Amino acid sequence: MPKQLATMDYAVLQQCMHCGMCLPSCPTYDATKRERHSPRGRIALMRSIADEELEIGQGFADEMSYCLGCLACQTACPADVNYARLFEAARTDIEATQLPRPLSRGFWRGLTLRGLFRYPRVLRLFGRFLRFYQRSGTQAFLRRIGFMRLLPQNLRRLEPQSPAIGDAFSDALIQPVEVPAEPAQHRVLLLTGCMQDLLFSDINRATADVLLANNCEVHTPPIQPCCGSIHSHNGERELAQEMARRWLDLVKPADFDAIISNAGGCGSHLRHYSSLLGDDPAYAERAKVWDGKLRDIHEWLQHIGCRPPTSVATGAKIRVTYHDSCHLAHGQRVTAAPRNLLQMLPSVELVELPEANWCCGSAGVYSITQPQQAAELLDRKVAHIDSTGATVLATANPGCHLQLQNGLHAAGLPVTIAHPISLLAEAYARETSPSSL
Amino acid sequence: MTTAGSAPSPATLSRSVEAFTQILGTGRVLTSPEDVIPYGFDGTAALKQRPFAVLLPTNTEDVAACVKICDQEGLVINARGAGTGLSGGSVPSAHGVVMCLTHMDRLLEFDPANLTIRVEAGMVTAAINEAVASKGLFYPPDPSSLKVSTIGGNVAENSGGLRGLKYGVTRNYVMGIKVVTAQGEITEFGNACVKDVAGYSMKDIFIGSEGTLGIITEIRLRLLPLPAARRTLLATFGTMKAAAETVSAIIAAQIIPCTLEFLDQMTLRCVEDFAKIGLPVDCAALLLMETDGPIETVAAEAKAMEAIALAHGASSVRTAKDEAESIELAKARRSAFAALARIRPTTILEDVTVPRSELAILVEFIAQTAERLKLQVGTFGHMGDGNLHPTFLTDERDEDEMKRVHQALDAIVGETLRLGGTITGEHGVGLAKKPWLKQQIGEGSYELMRQLKQTLDPKGLLNPGKIFD
Repeated sequence: MPKQLATMDYAVLQQCMHCGMCLPSCPTYDATKRERHSPRGRIALMRSIADEELEIGQGFADEMSYCLGCLACQTACPADVNYARLFEAARTDIEATQLPRPLSRGFWRGLTLRGLFRYPRVLRLFGRFLRFYQRSGTQAFLRRIGFMRLLPQNLRRLEPQSPAIGDAFSDALIQPVEVPAEPAQHRVLLLTGCMQDLLFSDINRATADVLLANNCEVHTPPIQPCCGSIHSHNGERELAQEMARRWLDLVKPADFDAIISNAGGCGSHLRHYSSLLGDDPAYAERAKVWDGKLRDIHEWLQHIGCRPPTSVATGAKIRVTYHDSCHLAHGQRVTAAPRNLLQMLPSVELVELPEANWCCGSAGVYSITQPQQAAELLDRKVAHIDSTGATVLATANPGCHLQLQNGLHAAGLPVTIAHPISLLAEAYARETSPSSL
Repeated sequence: MTTAGSAPSPATLSRSVEAFTQILGTGRVLTSPEDVIPYGFDGTAALKQRPFAVLLPTNTEDVAACVKICDQEGLVINARGAGTGLSGGSVPSAHGVVMCLTHMDRLLEFDPANLTIRVEAGMVTAAINEAVASKGLFYPPDPSSLKVSTIGGNVAENSGGLRGLKYGVTRNYVMGIKVVTAQGEITEFGNACVKDVAGYSMKDIFIGSEGTLGIITEIRLRLLPLPAARRTLLATFGTMKAAAETVSAIIAAQIIPCTLEFLDQMTLRCVEDFAKIGLPVDCAALLLMETDGPIETVAAEAKAMEAIALAHGASSVRTAKDEAESIELAKARRSAFAALARIRPTTILEDVTVPRSELAILVEFIAQTAERLKLQVGTFGHMGDGNLHPTFLTDERDEDEMKRVHQALDAIVGETLRLGGTITGEHGVGLAKKPWLKQQIGEGSYELMRQLKQTLDPKGLLNPGKIFD
């Protein structure tokens, strides 16, 4: 793979005129007040690499690992710098450079990026194994006998946070094709994701329900490849290209009015298959059509005119606050639609979360690679959630969902987390059976 | 010891780093390429220079101690805040030591009874307003970078802003400063008194000195009571000339609104592209007019400005519906410069200022010059104080085009000076405006400035090469 930074269109690097408007939006600059930990500082390093004034070394690798990739700088940038592109190019170049790294890093990267997140069947098998482990009493037994002390330090820290695998995966909950009661007005493809599928398949079911309630015919392939977001984000551009090609082999984007994602992190990546496959004549055209059809679920519902639920509020309203997933707010610029949707719910009182679009520290695998910074961001977020007095936190990305679940649990706050679409689905469900929650 | 500008010996450098580290501690002396490259520029296009080291002091005494080391070793020092300057004033010198004051950001004393506040130089300008708003006070100067830039940088550049027309610029609010001299001595000028004529007004020499005479580490600022009301109006025009004439007419009618901002169509489109707040992108020029003060005055001024705009050919005048929209409009206006960078890779920004009665002539001249030299230009600025920011959209890699940009800058400066204007209203001379300083102020004044510099910094260690060579 050729050097990305050196060979990419230089104008992408030049686009940054280092005005500094991004600085207050960057969580790592905020934490350290050091220019290298700021968006324009990182871009300056990238430009130096492209100009061959700096070699890629451990310092640059550490810097790009410290960057959350939250893309808050993109929202702040008046000059429209494509930081996502630069970030992924930098990480790809770093992976292609022979730097001394611990062996375990290679093992975990291989297991996840080249294994689990590449083969959906293997991932589900792994999910089944985890589910058995968690529910058969094995986990409880191993915890009781202190087995966890034998794990490497990083794993030992993460083990108590390991998420509970859902009761069933999406293919057991959603038929390949589901048609609405009324004649369908739209034909959509529903993407069920990897984490969402393993941990929150109920959100996928809710998404299908909400689409049906809005007269969409929902197509949900039972076995779905990973979108490639995690690969691209971690500098594995070729694997990301492989995932994109698999999707374009599996479906014809032109067959649908929209391709729906309900996970902020996936959606942000899924909209840009052209930047992965633009140079591949066999796929470029199809990728372009795909990008044009890709919609976040909130955005799509707003676009088609989401039907307000007719159920009425019973009892006191529930106070809900909304946390923006970085890649939904900054990566996809979807901020108003989820809030409008929550405001539409009869039993919800929506209160704005302070710093709602500030990263929670989840950021893909950031909580594993940069535990300290991730923990500081999580504490800050949890304190803000606490200040709202909300009993429900709505958010639309499985990474945030998990991170915040752990944070709220550790802080002992009685706040439940729900995807906005799950709340909408519940409100629709109450139309026909008012007693259900 | 080495003379300023020539390469210090490796022994000098390592000895200095050791001395800096002893003063500041490890982690506050940066020398690795990854650490120092990001301090190699400010907000000015096409200027960069890798410094030798970056220092991150946390108090005035440490700044002074480090300056003493530099004085002994003959190392040049480039003081900086957040690096948002627009004339290259804080771009490092070759082998320079960057004295970055962003870690000195404490509020030292808030004295609402005397309407003053004392802060460290690294405090972000907007944070000052956040700190004093609860007492019904504000600090008026509001450069577009106010959420990023530091007050120390604002004082060193004598920054202006959107409200300059009514409230003046940074200089009008500085009551006192603490300055580290080129020899590393700590000095203080000014105090909390409204009146003070004890000796020379030394603080005024350091305000706007662009880091060439001393390093400002603390500032005492004057505050004002927040106005009771404000109202923002948007007027659209079919020609830029009509907008400029409206501004001149408003001033001639003896109305002093707090802002009279102007955006041409190119700028408007870029800003709307970024902010997406429904700006009227089809008009040739937009005036953003804001009045503040007592409720009755605001109402009367708004009405009068609307009438003047319509009389001078405004195609529409609209009032912002509430405070939130006013803030949104001001925020959008502040993004203008960076938003223009959407169009081409390099944005070269000018800062020419003329007496307000001459605005229409200069606006026309800029448009004609750009057309004649086949250049793309977006013009915006603080029309109320005669300060324009014609911004050339170009590509630094295109030599021929860059040559034409410099021809255009020369021509605009020539016309500005002919109209009795200045080459820089609020960005400073720095590196970018240096070629034209003598042309504006004349040989004698230029020499006097150099003598002042020579007196305060005889070794030429403080931000050398800025303002003049």
